[in-house]
Amino acid sequence: MSSSSSQRFTATPLSRRKARQEALARWIFCGMAVAMIVPLLLIVGYLFERAWPSLSLSFLLEVPARGMTEGGIWPALVGTIYLVFLSLAVSAPIGILAAVYLNEYAGDHWFNRLINLAVINLAGVPSIVHALFGLGAFVYAARFGYSIVSASLTLAIMTLPVIIASTREALASVPRSFREACWNVGATRWQTIRAVVLPNSISGILTGVILQVSRAAGETAPIMFTGAVFYKVVQKGDFFAYGLHQQCMALSMHLYTLSTQVPGVKESIPFATAVVLLGAVLLVNATAIALRVYLRARKRW
Amino acid sequence: MNSGAMPQEPAEGWAVRRARRGLWALAGERLLEGLIYLCGISAIVFVLGIFFFVFREAFPVLGKENFSLTQFLFSEQWYPTSATNKRYGVLAMIAGTLSVTALAMVLAVPFGLGAAIYISEFCGSRVKETLKIVIELLAAIPSVVWGFVGLTVMSRLIVQYTGAPVGVNILNGGIILALMSVPIIVSIGEDALKAVPDQYREAGIALGATRWQLVWRVLLPAAKTGLLAAVLLGVGRAVGETMAVLMATGHAVHIPHSLLDSVRTLTANIAAELGEAPEGSDHYRVLFLTGVLLFTLTFIVNLTADFIVRGIRKK
Repeated sequence: MSSSSSQRFTATPLSRRKARQEALARWIFCGMAVAMIVPLLLIVGYLFERAWPSLSLSFLLEVPARGMTEGGIWPALVGTIYLVFLSLAVSAPIGILAAVYLNEYAGDHWFNRLINLAVINLAGVPSIVHALFGLGAFVYAARFGYSIVSASLTLAIMTLPVIIASTREALASVPRSFREACWNVGATRWQTIRAVVLPNSISGILTGVILQVSRAAGETAPIMFTGAVFYKVVQKGDFFAYGLHQQCMALSMHLYTLSTQVPGVKESIPFATAVVLLGAVLLVNATAIALRVYLRARKRW
Repeated sequence: MNSGAMPQEPAEGWAVRRARRGLWALAGERLLEGLIYLCGISAIVFVLGIFFFVFREAFPVLGKENFSLTQFLFSEQWYPTSATNKRYGVLAMIAGTLSVTALAMVLAVPFGLGAAIYISEFCGSRVKETLKIVIELLAAIPSVVWGFVGLTVMSRLIVQYTGAPVGVNILNGGIILALMSVPIIVSIGEDALKAVPDQYREAGIALGATRWQLVWRVLLPAAKTGLLAAVLLGVGRAVGETMAVLMATGHAVHIPHSLLDSVRTLTANIAAELGEAPEGSDHYRVLFLTGVLLFTLTFIVNLTADFIVRGIRKK
């Protein structure tokens, strides 16, 4: 007995070679995965280190001074908040209802497949083409001019696929039997959606909305030609700085301007702007992820 | 038995007790469902709208006698502001887009697929969750931040290590784009590997295959169309990227000869010149025509990727 078991587990040259091969493959693939993460950490660390001299609360609240070479980023921060929330107000209802249609009403029909294709393509349209669209449609054709409205609408259409995709995922995760139970007591389709499907998927939908916020906050190209401007005079700490038909500054645009167009900027300022933008976006995303993990942990079905 | 006890009760009681909804509630529900339908088709409306409005601005230039489509596509002469002889050829920009995208894919595809294989086949569930979160965060970094990294960090490194005169060039843009398109390749690639049935893995392991043999001989062939779709979506992302390449590839309009040449891509060209082109001028319309070209390119790439993915799902 014992001899046979020791026989069974003796390493042969073949098994040793296979084990080596396996370990090698594991390390190579692990290396490839790590090679993706290390640049992220290095870049974030480096940006943070260079930005450190400028990072403070007053950097957020000050207005740019001396031809944007000194001071803070308050107008850009406020502008980004305006753009994000206005675009959210447009794209969240449309996106959520579109996802409801695609997941709850649409059958397997050629027209609905066409809608799916459209969503996928909308997600793949380059951001600069969205900018051209915004310029042609909102700025000129709809006569909104270069304004927060035009820029937000462009952003809204651009981020629509994000909301549609994540809302659909949330709706699809509600088991079909929940709906069937509700239909069987005589509820209509909409009653079922309102009473059963939406309450059970609201947190997943929220995750999608949060992701949309992060996407909209980081985009530059679509707002560059539709409503964002290099510089605008704003009082320090003034939150109601812009009218909807005015142009505004935005964080992402501000970073681009500072790093390419303005000579003689104090060195840490563009880095600090980048850190604020990156930090805001990553924080928002981390919130969405944390929410998702938390919800998955306490899911009841 | 029941019917014997109360012969006529059910029919009558049913009619009386039946809950009725008001006309307004019914009409409201109809209205709401109409709204839902409208939102449902909004994606189609927007895609068509994008094509319509971009094409509408570009269209008038097509009829002009000093503009020809063949020259637009196949000439590398881009002199939109020349006083005497304006020429609009985007071949150099097409070459720029292709070279940067190609380099990005050469870097991103092996690493992206390797990482996808590691996540899907080699690591435990905790590591897997962590890696997926990191990838999601990597995908969330705004393109202007990537551009800024290219402009400040990467260009300095490139000048230091290659001795190139300027740090903003194909190599820089390619590395930045690779880092940007890796997340999409990893997540779609991982989905493709996950779609391979577990029986395949079990059969392989039962035959005594190592994981490496399993990946190479079984999983890659089985998932190859899905992995192709992942690569295509990565290409789509790289072709359409604007801010990062605008800041990281330099601004030379010419056909590149080496990795250390500066180039300009189609997207960067629009972003750089749209602000200076007066509305309605030929220059302005040609930029919109470039937009139509980009839209068509990414449309084809995305459509192909989608058909591949759909084909897999049907199987």
